[in-house]
Amino acid sequence: MLHTVNKSPFEKCSLESCLYHASPGDSVLLIEDAVYAALAGTIVSRRVSEALATLEVHALGPDLAARGIDVRRLLPGVGTVDYRGFVRLACRHRSVQAWL
Amino acid sequence: MIGSWFSETDGRAMAGGIKKCMFVNRRAPHGTLYAWEGLDLALTAAAFEQDVSLVFLDDGVFQLKREQEPEALGFKNFARAFKALPDYGIDAVYVERESLEARGLGTGDLCVPVRLIDADSLGRLMQEQDLFFSF
Repeated sequence: MLHTVNKSPFEKCSLESCLYHASPGDSVLLIEDAVYAALAGTIVSRRVSEALATLEVHALGPDLAARGIDVRRLLPGVGTVDYRGFVRLACRHRSVQAWL
Repeated sequence: MIGSWFSETDGRAMAGGIKKCMFVNRRAPHGTLYAWEGLDLALTAAAFEQDVSLVFLDDGVFQLKREQEPEALGFKNFARAFKALPDYGIDAVYVERESLEARGLGTGDLCVPVRLIDADSLGRLMQEQDLFFSF
């Protein structure tokens, strides 16, 4: 399953709930304000790093750029995708769940 | 009428009708319109010659992140307007240290010079205000 998350992890528990319910082999795509979760050195970095043991985590490049986040500031192991990559991820998984 | 908030005099007003107005910005810049609206009202308050301070805490600190390029997504790059704050007579721009550190950021990541303030001091600063505008 592909999970999309669009809320800041510092304001809402959407990402936390997503990671809690995701199954090994699932992918998580961080979009809109959720891309802040991809930053290294934050109070949620450890939680995201732990998730990387069983899940793929990606962040949407255009949403990172809009918010001034350089890819060099991302947590190791978190990938970036463009809109085509977003579509590829959606096609690769049987279903998509949006955590709003 | 926005102006009436700043022009009425009451017990809390300082001499000359000038009030200490604190704008409390707690939201990330592009997911909602709060940040933009807050800046707009802060500039209006300054135009009414009020004693304006801007505070950025929680996700509000992301509003000041350098190198934002939201135009590609069709959003306005209002972070540029922060550079004009001194022209509006707004020099009191505070960023809460704890919020910045929790998000892996430092003052070098911000697009304008700010006054870094810890949560305790910010609490005391809030006690001195006449009016709050929360975004």
